[in-house]
Amino acid sequence: MSAAMSAFDTTVHIVYLACAVCFVLGLHLMNTPATARRGNQLSAVGMAVAVALTAVVLVHEGVITGVAVAVLGTGLAVGGLAGLLTAQRVKMTSMPQLVSLFNAVGGGAAALIAFGDAIHQPDLSTLPWRITVTTVLDLFIGGLTFTGSLVAAGKLAGRLPGRPLVLRGGRVVNVVLAAGAVGAGAFYIAGYGGVLMLCAVTAAALILGVVMTLPIGGADMPVVISLLNAFTGTAVAMAGFVINSTPLIIAGALVGAAGTILTKLMADAMNRSLASIIAGGFGTGDEQSSVSSPAGGNVREIAVDDAALQLAYASKVVIVPGYGLAAAQAQHELVALAQALTDRGVEVSYGIHPVAGRMPGHMNVLLAEANVPYPQLKDLEEINPEFARTDVALVVGANDVTNPAARRPGNPVSGMPILDVDHARSVIVIKRSLGHGYAGIDNELYLDPKTAMLFSDAKVGLAALVAGVHAYVA
Amino acid sequence: MTPLLFADITIFVLSLLVGFEVITKVPATLHTPLMSGANAIHGVVVVGVMVLAAVATTPLGYALLLIAAAFGAMNVVGGYVVTDRMLAMFRREEKRP
Repeated sequence: MSAAMSAFDTTVHIVYLACAVCFVLGLHLMNTPATARRGNQLSAVGMAVAVALTAVVLVHEGVITGVAVAVLGTGLAVGGLAGLLTAQRVKMTSMPQLVSLFNAVGGGAAALIAFGDAIHQPDLSTLPWRITVTTVLDLFIGGLTFTGSLVAAGKLAGRLPGRPLVLRGGRVVNVVLAAGAVGAGAFYIAGYGGVLMLCAVTAAALILGVVMTLPIGGADMPVVISLLNAFTGTAVAMAGFVINSTPLIIAGALVGAAGTILTKLMADAMNRSLASIIAGGFGTGDEQSSVSSPAGGNVREIAVDDAALQLAYASKVVIVPGYGLAAAQAQHELVALAQALTDRGVEVSYGIHPVAGRMPGHMNVLLAEANVPYPQLKDLEEINPEFARTDVALVVGANDVTNPAARRPGNPVSGMPILDVDHARSVIVIKRSLGHGYAGIDNELYLDPKTAMLFSDAKVGLAALVAGVHAYVA
Repeated sequence: MTPLLFADITIFVLSLLVGFEVITKVPATLHTPLMSGANAIHGVVVVGVMVLAAVATTPLGYALLLIAAAFGAMNVVGGYVVTDRMLAMFRREEKRP
């Protein structure tokens, strides 16, 4: 950096810096729903400027071949159009798999940058560590994210089974693949093997992505896709080191940090360690048909009419929606019920656990789409003190996150942050059966004398409740 | 360690810290749009793909460039559009027909 930069280079660096500032401020504005949209738009403007500036730099340098211009333009047009159309058409319930798909292609592009850079180097054995080490890391992380995110998207879309697919000896395969990647990477960095070693690293990473993601259950997906998002950010930052591009390093590191924090928040909210989630093997969240009766205690059942009456004459109702609601796609029926109650003067709010839905915070998006104003969406800390003043807590498709057993040590949900629905004066649970949640234990809430069970599919039960509440409107 | 590498590592570490600091305050309500928005930001990979285009001169290089450009553009365009769609749905007041 001893030589002074030309005026052109100086301008380029300042504008790239401004773009990076847009990314940071954009993320900062996402702190509150009121400014979040503006934040994303600011970030998009920064991105558009960065892309335009890079085009100007390419023209200014004048070394790009005509073929490369045509190929680049075609690729950008095809990919951009595909992204635009799918993003505009996707249903909000299917959005997690689309985000996962976008994450996959981002990781794939980052890996391709390292590979493309390597095959154009005249002599790979004399490259500095700054480039070789980051090339290997980029290929490994990017390759793993590419296939891992595709498998995650397949599971979320229901194209692959959501239940954990445990491969016999899977853990041994993981270790062998990881060791192979490390060995090939070390050889490459030491200056041996060249592109062949890079191919070995990439192949191992691609297979590892599949083998690691397949055994992870559907209920753990919020954690997994936020982890893969962090991985892509890191891969992009590594690509930035390889081609010496500051915007890639900054933006990649920002996303790596963001994804890591979200992953930790999600894992804490599910009371799982990251290691146990990656080890995989339990938890699908999809099992709703198993019928088993909790040992001891009586479960009180309630008819639709009685439940509707209880709700209609309450003064404060808190709705607790969970994964089951998203699975049944019953959010519009739920909002219709809330509307019917609000029209009668009942105070309605929603208590939302951080892991409700198929990705972090997914439930909030589904309810926002169903036209629920965001001030009614309350998170764990906000809603828990309110349960003591609540007449009816209505639990729809949520299980483990309401289990009071979490307050005691010595069981699988111990220490997990829960929604204190049992502090409400009465509780109505809409559920198909007494089946277990992903933790695989009985929910003591169902045995509470205050709790009444309405055995029904979420969509059907909620529609019946709406009709019931309307019947009481004089 | 070269000054260039040191500068890059400094930028990387400070950006990580900024990321941690900025994200920690986001409420759970916005976690999905945040993740999707962050997903769009790593679409900056498309800038890297454009830099790669400057060195591509072989058929294999062009093939890799084509795939990388399509992947990167899909990530960045789709990411921002779907995030915007999501955030447009978050309203303070109820919109009654």
